[in-house]
Amino acid sequence: MMASSYNAKEEDGHHSVSAASGPSAGPSAKSKKPDNTAFKQQRLPAWQPILTAGTVLPAFFIIGLIFIPIGIGLFVTSNNIREFEVDYTGVDASSPCFTCSQTYSWNSSIPCKCAVSFSLEQPFESNVFMYYGLSNFYQNHRRYVKSRDDSQLNGDKASLRNPSKECEPYRSHDNKPIAPCGAIANSLFNDTLELFYIDPNGTRTQIPLVKKGIAWWTDKHVKFRNPGGNNFNLTVVFQGTTKPVNWRKYVYELDTDPENNGFVNEDFIVWMRTAALPTFRKLYRIIQKKSNMTPTLPRGNYTLDVTYNYPVRSFEGRKRMILSTISWMGGKNPFLGIAYITVGSVCFFLGVVLLIIHHKYGNRNNSADIPN
Amino acid sequence: MLRRGLNRLFGGDERRVDSRTVYVGHQPCPSTQAFVPPKFCDNRIVSSKYTVWNFLPKNLFEQFRRIANFYFLIIFLVQVIVDTPTSPVTSGLPLFFVITVTAIKQGYEDWLRHKADNEVNNYPVNVLENGRRTQKESKKIKVGDIVEVLEDETFPCDLILLGSSRDDDTCFVTTASLDGESNHKTHYTVPDLESDLEVLNATIECEQPQPDLYKFVGRMHIHKDGQEPAVRSLGPENLLLKGATLKNTRVVYGVAVYTGMETKMALNYQGKSQKRSVVEKSINGFLLVYLCILLSKALVCTTLKYVWQNQRGQDEPWYNQKTQKEKEANMFLKMFTDFLSFMVLFNFIIPVSMYVTVEMQKFLGSFFITWDRDFYDREIQEGALVNTSDLNEELGQVEYVFTDKTGTLTQNNMEFIECSIDGFQYKYQDSRTELDGFCVTDGPVSKLQQKAGREKEELFLRALCLCHTVQVKEAGQGVGFADQVDGVDVASAVEQRGFIASSPDEVALVKGAMKYGFTFLGLESKSMKILNRNNKIEKYELLHVLNFDPVRRRMSVIVRSPDGETLLFCKGADSSIFPRVRQEEVERIRMHVERNATEGYRTLCVAYKRLTDEVFARVDAELREARLALQDREERLVAVYNQVEKGMNLIGATAVEDRLQEEAAETMEALQSAGIKVWVLTGDKMETAKSTCYACRLFQRSTELLELTVRTLEEGGRKRGERLHELLLDYHKRAVQDAPPPKGGVTRTWSSAAQEYGFIIDGTTLSLLLNASSDVVSSNYRSLFLQICQNCTAVLCCRMAPLQKAQIVKMVKNSKGNPITLSIGDGANDVSMILEAHVGIGIKGKEGRQAVRNSDYAIPKLKHLKKLLLAHGHLYYVRIAHLVQYFFYKNLCFILPQFLYQFFCGYSQQPLYDAAYLTMYNICFTSMPILAYSLLEQHICIEILLENATLYREVAKNAMLRWGPFLCWTLLGIFQGLLFFFGVHCLFGNSALQDNGQVFGNWSFGTIVFTILVFTVTLKLALDTRHWTWINHFVIWGSLAFYVFFSFFWGGIIWPFLKQQRLYFVFANMLSSVSAWLVIILLILLSLLPDILWAVLRKPRGPHAQQKKSAGQSNAGGPQSFSKPLLMRTLSDESNTVL
Repeated sequence: MMASSYNAKEEDGHHSVSAASGPSAGPSAKSKKPDNTAFKQQRLPAWQPILTAGTVLPAFFIIGLIFIPIGIGLFVTSNNIREFEVDYTGVDASSPCFTCSQTYSWNSSIPCKCAVSFSLEQPFESNVFMYYGLSNFYQNHRRYVKSRDDSQLNGDKASLRNPSKECEPYRSHDNKPIAPCGAIANSLFNDTLELFYIDPNGTRTQIPLVKKGIAWWTDKHVKFRNPGGNNFNLTVVFQGTTKPVNWRKYVYELDTDPENNGFVNEDFIVWMRTAALPTFRKLYRIIQKKSNMTPTLPRGNYTLDVTYNYPVRSFEGRKRMILSTISWMGGKNPFLGIAYITVGSVCFFLGVVLLIIHHKYGNRNNSADIPN
Repeated sequence: MLRRGLNRLFGGDERRVDSRTVYVGHQPCPSTQAFVPPKFCDNRIVSSKYTVWNFLPKNLFEQFRRIANFYFLIIFLVQVIVDTPTSPVTSGLPLFFVITVTAIKQGYEDWLRHKADNEVNNYPVNVLENGRRTQKESKKIKVGDIVEVLEDETFPCDLILLGSSRDDDTCFVTTASLDGESNHKTHYTVPDLESDLEVLNATIECEQPQPDLYKFVGRMHIHKDGQEPAVRSLGPENLLLKGATLKNTRVVYGVAVYTGMETKMALNYQGKSQKRSVVEKSINGFLLVYLCILLSKALVCTTLKYVWQNQRGQDEPWYNQKTQKEKEANMFLKMFTDFLSFMVLFNFIIPVSMYVTVEMQKFLGSFFITWDRDFYDREIQEGALVNTSDLNEELGQVEYVFTDKTGTLTQNNMEFIECSIDGFQYKYQDSRTELDGFCVTDGPVSKLQQKAGREKEELFLRALCLCHTVQVKEAGQGVGFADQVDGVDVASAVEQRGFIASSPDEVALVKGAMKYGFTFLGLESKSMKILNRNNKIEKYELLHVLNFDPVRRRMSVIVRSPDGETLLFCKGADSSIFPRVRQEEVERIRMHVERNATEGYRTLCVAYKRLTDEVFARVDAELREARLALQDREERLVAVYNQVEKGMNLIGATAVEDRLQEEAAETMEALQSAGIKVWVLTGDKMETAKSTCYACRLFQRSTELLELTVRTLEEGGRKRGERLHELLLDYHKRAVQDAPPPKGGVTRTWSSAAQEYGFIIDGTTLSLLLNASSDVVSSNYRSLFLQICQNCTAVLCCRMAPLQKAQIVKMVKNSKGNPITLSIGDGANDVSMILEAHVGIGIKGKEGRQAVRNSDYAIPKLKHLKKLLLAHGHLYYVRIAHLVQYFFYKNLCFILPQFLYQFFCGYSQQPLYDAAYLTMYNICFTSMPILAYSLLEQHICIEILLENATLYREVAKNAMLRWGPFLCWTLLGIFQGLLFFFGVHCLFGNSALQDNGQVFGNWSFGTIVFTILVFTVTLKLALDTRHWTWINHFVIWGSLAFYVFFSFFWGGIIWPFLKQQRLYFVFANMLSSVSAWLVIILLILLSLLPDILWAVLRKPRGPHAQQKKSAGQSNAGGPQSFSKPLLMRTLSDESNTVL
């Protein structure tokens, strides 16, 4: 009895000690007693932010104040971008390319040509970018997207001779491997577009189209490489391979410029970057600014000369040529500007609403707290 | 080989009969002609599950039996077989990861088990073989071997004690490793054996192995040449269990009866049945919904695909022709594989990683309970113990707490208060030395007021000294010291000794007797020594102990006094003694007993009986016979006991105080204000239990008590059944029908005006109620009873048998709404209810460790329950609920854009994201922040949770995982998914997004969506995080940084092992586009807007309001809370007087 009552006293004593001086109370400290670390006791110092109307209100106003100007800036920028689009598919009988689109055959050796004339109401300042656009063309179809061999395109010799199975059914033709293999490469856009300016006096001036710089730099210089390195004699390198079935020329005949021939042809590289949506545009040429004085494309009449090679009627597709200037935000797209203005306004509006609510509700809440 | 097979067959045969025969020392006994050594299993312990050879197949089989793993395996196989959009790697890698980690964990655990097994199996043991002592490895021990065990060694198998080095043929063991009871237990050798074990020729007949540690029946036949075999009965006191440790005894010899996997320890290995938490059920429900979403998505896409393909030129345009194989494929087969492909494409909606994260959260989270210093108890030097981590969150969902009284609500630290001898009250009072009065050396002879005859007093005190099973603990100085007790030495010797007993009441009684001058000195070779008031030693020969059991509620001893009389002393609960004594004596004492009981004391009555020689001889024979019985031994013994214990003379009664546990009242109050209903289930008397309830503030003074006990049933003077019916209806009317319907969610504090009811029922009435004559009536009663109870703030069930406790728990558990139940108890009698309840909590109390062993969580004291539920439980629930909801949400808005993309890619199963992103999203980019959140989040800090118990109600009834919140999360996921996709889709109306006019392709599209996605879901979690520790900061900002770093890295190199370099410089190009930046910022902000608004607009309850409230409270109520224990005492005293 005495022993136990003594224990009880001692324990009481310990309690007061431990309350005062923490963990180092008595010899029992090295027993199974849990460590007194902040982590184990769930007492890590913590920041406990609370989202209240008070803290969020300024944020809403600030967001509103930042977003609305950005939105206006984006909207104005987008509106200042000149964009002109012409559909040259030739669906209507009246359109100039109607014949070409009707009499189309892969095998015909004589290319079908047509000329589409149009006029620009306003001059295009600075660099003008020329795109071709396709509609209802499913470049993002799974069977299509995977039908390529990146190691072949990267100059791998083994893959050149023996392309990946993913390229089926565009893997080999006449028992020769296809270079470049696959559905994407096979369906390379092969219309030739030429632009002529018609002077008011009637003379046609061809507008120089630059084909350099239309593909991603990394694609052109790293991802796509001709086999055989710097060997300019691509004919030899591609010996033993055949052209894709729908192509008219071999891959080493794409351009005369050795820097832009074979797999590193920029038109080819641009095509190989599969589009996200079935209606898409791809960069075709760049019209460079000549001088500060004259606009790159002055107001007036133009003719687009098309070598019509690419059939789209079979799948209800459309072909377009787009001329566009570019700003810091890219091409013309009013979406961002509108979205920013909307979100900014909504935030601002919410801020105001919250302010009102906060004033009324907050007071009521405080008074309601007390009787509790 | 054949022989072995035969033997096995024989063994199998033997197993069927319910006893086994053991040949001690493998000596053929002369009586049986054909000695066939029976084959038992060897002493090898195999707790490991696997061997090196079967690990892989067996483990894989085990893992794939889990439905989730199997599902992912199927998905993986589909990917391997069918031409699917994503490579098998995307789902194979996570699955492989999960399987490997689990396999490594299980393999490691098994390796540890192997190591432990080997250690046990190869432990050297001395075995007596043909008279020689040989050393064997433990695993080679066979049944029948005579094994030598030295002090402090553990027993290698279950042994029957044959010989001990101690003079009194006993040995001491501790069973700490078996049931945690660290006190020494005495075991006895088989009586009357020859000391020379080599010539011993005996067989042991005993029951087949069974797991009950405390039961054993056997019989030993000792053969001597030419004589009739002598028979000895064997009981648990002769059996040394494997795993127990020999103490205080130099050496013992025993014969192995159960070996290896048949030992009681091994049989107890079998795990308890798995308890599943409600959260898991919710997860399964949500999973089903998401599976439906998945299937319908796949179905929609497949249908639309074929509709779309029927349009002209869309199925196979010239630029995208099918392979030969595709052309030849059967239409319906193609449809089916398309369906499977879509399934695979969208299968990320059900993430593998969720299971892993949930498991990790539970496993790691449970450490916080063991680490909590508030659970550390100085007295037992231990903290809390977590036996299962599956139920952490269940602690936050408890609606009913079933608590034991003794040892749980009360300290089980007994103190002798007073006694009543022959109707006179004796209260011990000694003003000089308060509690320690007994150590006055001149002997407190005159302390009894001379009211009853001196003879009666002494008889009573002798009875207290004799009628028990207390052992005297020897002082540390050595054994010999105890022998020289006489005269003055006694007091000091006794001081150093202390008593050990299975029940603290007995110690209190023996100590009580000591105060009055009768000191129990110990049991030596079957005789109990008592030092009487005149400092003379009296020796009583102990003839029989009629053990205590909770059904009889009494125990007796039969002793032979020094002057040759045979006496039976019996002590027990009044209800079990009163019917067995002469009635005219009862009335005088009953008054005292009842008054003591209402004061919260435990009362015992003491009776005695003189046995004539003839009677004793008969009883002795009967007892011996019953002890030898192999079957129904217990029943037969009880029958004999009951026969002996009647017609006794009542001598007196004792009152022992059981103090309340520290902070018991506060804990109960907190639980009640947390909306938890507390039921006290006790085996104690109603009056005692009631006063404890008042003391614990379970019943308030204003509480109206509805009593349904034997007493109230008998009041009306009619048949019990009718009265029961009447009372039930009456109470139901009062408590249920007339009570105002509880307003939803409104906190009812104890001060509210509504009438509160308390309900009291006792065991007899309960069994009457549950086993009513017909089923219809019974179920009717049952529902009435439950309805009444549900409307009462506290329910007291007294006089409960252990099984009845479990019955009640089960009844409540299965009642309407399936409330979550928690049982808390400290003794073996609580095990059944601990196992029955959803959450079982054991208290590391004084009544051994069975409760702790069978519990899910064990805590040292009752007061810890408050923090365990209110803080840990609440937090765990919030954490895991958020974890689950978040996981479903983040995968929904992950997969929804991919689904929407199908409408724009000709339903061709083109994935929107790159395979690396698909794989890494759940594993790397978004898994760590939610894991950190689910381990560290404290949306309300612990102190406030503890102060405001009502906060617990906010998460009651699975509030965060019901369909409402699930719908909210799902809608948020859908909203964000739509926003991500269509926002970026609008941006890609013109894909020239860079200032050099170059265009972006489909992988850029996916990468922009994915970037927005990763940032949004991570920031969404950041918004939800209320408790930002450095870990949260590190993990949240770290995983975003990791995402950016990884994307650069992944797109920065031409990976030689990849077939397609899809992401080459896509991320870097994206970042070089201003428009991409702008759209990312815009969409992240826009998708978080609903969350921010919700956080602002919803009722500012939660931490902010609470902090305000608590600040006010702590200022006002600071000193009050410190003085509470005192206050509580006075209040409880008051309530007693009111009663």
